[in-house]
Amino acid sequence: MTQVSVAEPAVADPPARPAPRPRRRPSRRWLLRAASLVAALLTWQGLTAAHARLWVRFDQLPTVTDVAEEFVHQLGTAVYYQDLADSLGRILAGFGIAAVLGVGLGVLLARAPIAADLLQPLFEVVRPIPAIALVPIAILLFPSNEQGIVFITFVAAFFPILVSTRHAVRAQPTIWEDAVRTMGGGRWRVLRTVVLPGALPGVFGGLSVGMGVAWICVISAEMISGQFGVGYRTWQSYTVVNYPGVIVGMLTIGLLGWSTSAAVELLGRRITRWLPRSETR
Amino acid sequence: MTVTSEPVASGLRLDGVRAGYHDADVLSGLDLDARPGEFLVLAGPSGCGKSTLLRSVSGLHPVRSGRVLVDGQPVRGTSADRALVFQEDGLLPWRSVLRNVELPLAVQRIPRAERRERAAHWIDRVGLAGYERYLPRQLSGGMRQRAQLARTLAANPRIILMDEPFAALDVRTRASMRALLVDVWRANPTTVLFVTHDVDEALALADRVAVLDRGGRIAALVDVPHPRPADPSTADNAAAKARLLAALTEEGA
Ligand SMILES: Nc1ncnc2c1ncn2[C@@H]1O[C@H](COP(=O)(O)OP(=O)(O)O)[C@@H](O)[C@H]1O
Ligand SMILES: [Mg+2]
Repeated sequence: MTQVSVAEPAVADPPARPAPRPRRRPSRRWLLRAASLVAALLTWQGLTAAHARLWVRFDQLPTVTDVAEEFVHQLGTAVYYQDLADSLGRILAGFGIAAVLGVGLGVLLARAPIAADLLQPLFEVVRPIPAIALVPIAILLFPSNEQGIVFITFVAAFFPILVSTRHAVRAQPTIWEDAVRTMGGGRWRVLRTVVLPGALPGVFGGLSVGMGVAWICVISAEMISGQFGVGYRTWQSYTVVNYPGVIVGMLTIGLLGWSTSAAVELLGRRITRWLPRSETR
Repeated sequence: MTVTSEPVASGLRLDGVRAGYHDADVLSGLDLDARPGEFLVLAGPSGCGKSTLLRSVSGLHPVRSGRVLVDGQPVRGTSADRALVFQEDGLLPWRSVLRNVELPLAVQRIPRAERRERAAHWIDRVGLAGYERYLPRQLSGGMRQRAQLARTLAANPRIILMDEPFAALDVRTRASMRALLVDVWRANPTTVLFVTHDVDEALALADRVAVLDRGGRIAALVDVPHPRPADPSTADNAAAKARLLAALTEEGA
């Protein structure tokens, strides 16, 4: 232990290390999770294979085995990966621009009253419009569909990120900023050292939500006006009556959305390790 | 060792300082002098404007009229030569102890190697050696105040403003923090303006105690006889304590 070198015998207060969390048995929890998935698949297979018509027409749906076969088949084709890459590229472009502009403008709105007065009314008017309703505008505005889709994805992700960032910056305790200012730190130093790091937990909340809506919008936009991309392929399969292909598209979208959200979540948790445990979990 | 360049203590003069919030003045023409290297304690009833006074001196809070002079020069805004120590810890929770203590040095653009060395020196000095990598939330309240003290001292300020820095600590920790502060201040006598409610704390630390009244003016100035820490049994100290208690009672603290 450290020796406290003070004139008086000082109290060596021990570090308040966070107590280890009680361990649950992981194997049982995984078993339960797997069981629920398996049960769902079995039910699906049972209903579709038996051509069940319980008002809802399960006989119209492909069976699990049809879908699995189609999935394996598509995994062997180049176009599947082409679609994946296209959709991911659109997401990364739209979401990336939204992240940079959303965080930047969010900080600006929170910190500069002039910017807030100038931009806030505009944002309040545009914000309630679902991004997908901008498809006609996007088609008119942009020379190519590609840019239109990225634009729609950007708009979708932008507002949650903007709003969360603005809120996170506003909610910061002033003591952090005061501390840095009394060290002689100026505006730029305060921004870099206090405002941005302190807002990160809130920013990552916005990024998570933004990533979710970005997927909704990229897929919808692809269905409407895309060339290639998972959303386009899913709709395409429907129009050519390849129903197993539709389900494969849906599953692919689900997996993409889940993995990109998980990536954001993971990054957020790594960056905000300093938060008390109960908040990060 | 050259890590602690000799600090220069500055004289502080408040000349008719008026400051407040909205339409109300909290300080209405306050005059106060602190000699270079003096340990001046501010006491007074809650809400009388002690924090406002410290924030005005630090430059965080605007002065409506009058002047704050450091070595005869009027201050403009915040600056590294006037450090403020908060009651709640002002550490940045995402920075380790080491990176918190280094921060004022980074703001002063001191090269990394020297930054490290000076930060390590002060962390050791306040008894936190071994805790450099800990985050503030992993430390007890007393240890966080030690880290805050190290951060303040590492910046090498000419005036240290302390706003009830030990008020939230338990009695034993408070006593050890007080001893540490006296020890450090003896070695580098910086000008200190220290706010406290605690009469014994005031007497243990102060060269002089200024008692504020509810109108935001100085009601009494009590000299505390040396040596430090004050021995309550001597007649001089007993008299100082009596004067201080009388002044505080008068102001309703
Ligand atoms: N941010 C603020 N806005 C409005 N009034 C404030 C603010 N901070 C303090 N005050 C008021 O100013 C007076 C002095 O406060 P303060 O300087 O904190 O007193 P002290 O530190 O002596 O307890 C109090 O009446 C308090 O209510
Ligand atoms: Mg106060």
